[in-house]
Amino acid sequence: MKFTWFNLMPWPYLPDDFREKNRSVWVDIPNTLYEPRKGHFVYHEYMDQLEYADALGFDGIGVNEHHQNGYGLMPSPNIIAAGLCRRTSRAALCVIGNSIALYNPPIRVAEEFAMLDVLSGGRLVAGFPVGTSMDTNFCYGQIPALTRDKYREAHELIMRAWAADEPFAFDGKYNQLRWVNCWPKPVQKPHPPIYIPGGGSIETWDFCLDHDYNYSYLSFFGYLRAKSLMDGYWDRVAKRGKDLSPYRAAFAQIICVADTDREAEKLYAEHCLYFFNRCLHVFPPFADPPGYRTINTIKYGALSQLTFEARKIFEHLTWKQLVDERFIIAGSPETVRQQLEEGIKGLRVGHLFCLFHNGNMPDWKTRHSSKLFAEKVMPHLRDLWPEWKHDERWWIHPMDDRLRPEETRPGAEKPR
Amino acid sequence: MKARVIETRRGARCRVLEGGSGAPLVFWHGAGGLFDDNPFLDQLARRYHVFAPELPGYGESTGEDLLEDMLDFTLHGWDVIAALGLRQPHLVGHSMGGMIAAEMACIAPGDLAKLALVAAAGLWIDEHPLPDIFSMLPFELANALFHDPQKGMALLTAGMDFSDMEALKTFYIANSRRLAMAGKILFPVPNRRVSKRLYRLTAPTMVLWGENDRMIPPVYATRWAELIPQAKVVRIADAGHMLPYEQPEAFVASLTDFLH
Repeated sequence: MKFTWFNLMPWPYLPDDFREKNRSVWVDIPNTLYEPRKGHFVYHEYMDQLEYADALGFDGIGVNEHHQNGYGLMPSPNIIAAGLCRRTSRAALCVIGNSIALYNPPIRVAEEFAMLDVLSGGRLVAGFPVGTSMDTNFCYGQIPALTRDKYREAHELIMRAWAADEPFAFDGKYNQLRWVNCWPKPVQKPHPPIYIPGGGSIETWDFCLDHDYNYSYLSFFGYLRAKSLMDGYWDRVAKRGKDLSPYRAAFAQIICVADTDREAEKLYAEHCLYFFNRCLHVFPPFADPPGYRTINTIKYGALSQLTFEARKIFEHLTWKQLVDERFIIAGSPETVRQQLEEGIKGLRVGHLFCLFHNGNMPDWKTRHSSKLFAEKVMPHLRDLWPEWKHDERWWIHPMDDRLRPEETRPGAEKPR
Repeated sequence: MKARVIETRRGARCRVLEGGSGAPLVFWHGAGGLFDDNPFLDQLARRYHVFAPELPGYGESTGEDLLEDMLDFTLHGWDVIAALGLRQPHLVGHSMGGMIAAEMACIAPGDLAKLALVAAAGLWIDEHPLPDIFSMLPFELANALFHDPQKGMALLTAGMDFSDMEALKTFYIANSRRLAMAGKILFPVPNRRVSKRLYRLTAPTMVLWGENDRMIPPVYATRWAELIPQAKVVRIADAGHMLPYEQPEAFVASLTDFLH
């Protein structure tokens, strides 16, 4: 198993009556709620935590891209990742990812990801999400019905740019470039591992399988609710005649570890409820503009996580519900280990994106939970897939002689 | 009105409602499409040979992947008219259909008789931003579309049984198909720059508006008239954005008065 410590970077100062006073945490959230001077400390605290996770032995540290979003402070995850490159040297840098249909031209992603891969000595995991409708359509103005087509073209351009050793012309529908010539190019060959975060569009499965990319189901609703969707994915993998390596798939899970189950509630309940009640308060129409999902996906019944039904659940959510229905995995190291093992095996995932910082959780609690996990849970879950132990197809291949943080600091002695 | 299916040279298959006799008149529907009952079309058919084509993605019409941008929609309009074998028809466009009709009239100004823009989309005034139809709840939609939202809601749902999950799903899928298509020319801001092409218009033009239009407020009628100096502007009382449905008699009377 590979464990990635992920931080969504929520704004921790949403008021208690946020839900009552505002219709959405995303797209049209009042930006007067953001305070730059507090934001300074928030960014550094979150980046410190990601660096701490590297020190704790997590396999990866993860960031993602959101826009106009109260629970995501990273319109540009690449800026955060660049900072992390310099202060870590071991963990994979999982940027999950850049919404490639939004970059104009998308060659920008090929360039910035290559920069990150070079800076980090080949530690980049490159995520290519289609992007949520909130980000892609409502914040960044892409036409819903054409978003997937534009995404496909952006993907083609980036992959060709990374592969080509000579300049080429690209005559796309959305991008026309006479001279495509990616400079710099990534360290990892033929390219960094590619992860496709999917919310539940069935088209994404085939896309992943066509290219042998990792399919990452990023849900906030736990492994029980993810089961039918992941079963659908694995059915598709089998039908396509691909091997069933669990490393083809990743899942995101909120995790809270304490000394006892009781202690977990005491320490983490208010922060998890902050996340579910305030951070996921999204105006439903923003989650599902006509055209964003294909008719096939609608017919398949894979509804958006943020539809009316989901919204209703959050209105009176309790800690007990969160835990009992496995939205979150919380409790003593033994409880967390048991439930995670069940979840990992049930979903057949080789990669777990672990969410330890939730809502407005203070730094010390985040570290406490992460440390307990790293020391008392992670070691017991390492070998859940013994028959795929040496499958490194979906992981980084860094340079052996890459620079370490102590060597990259100002004034450090240069290796000869 | 009878329905038939035509195929354009591009390959789109479109259902067309047809009725009446007289000078040819083509009605272009708005983003919501035609309703099951369209009394104003029946009334127009008493004096004109009325055609009401449904765009790809609407009802039984297919070929939505063939249309991607404003030029595609515009040429599709003329392709339909060619497939119907019409010469010099009147073009009447409502809302998004008005946007398409205006573009058609700009690209081939000599090929139509008269142009009627009914609560037409296609312009944008910064001081009067339009509501975002792509992020509206159902009850908000009725309120924005109709002078009388309660009656409007009944028209929108057309006797649908909301407790029937299958019916609801069918409606939801149909609505997604329609608005996905509309989004190609209306999302995120319904302005594909027809304003810079309107100088080409030569056909007599009427701008027809509901006085209580909350979707595209009447100030937009004024802007169309500024951009089309020869246009005649008519405002209809007790009507919102869906004026052909809300005030069919007044709508048809104003239209026939202009077209005759």
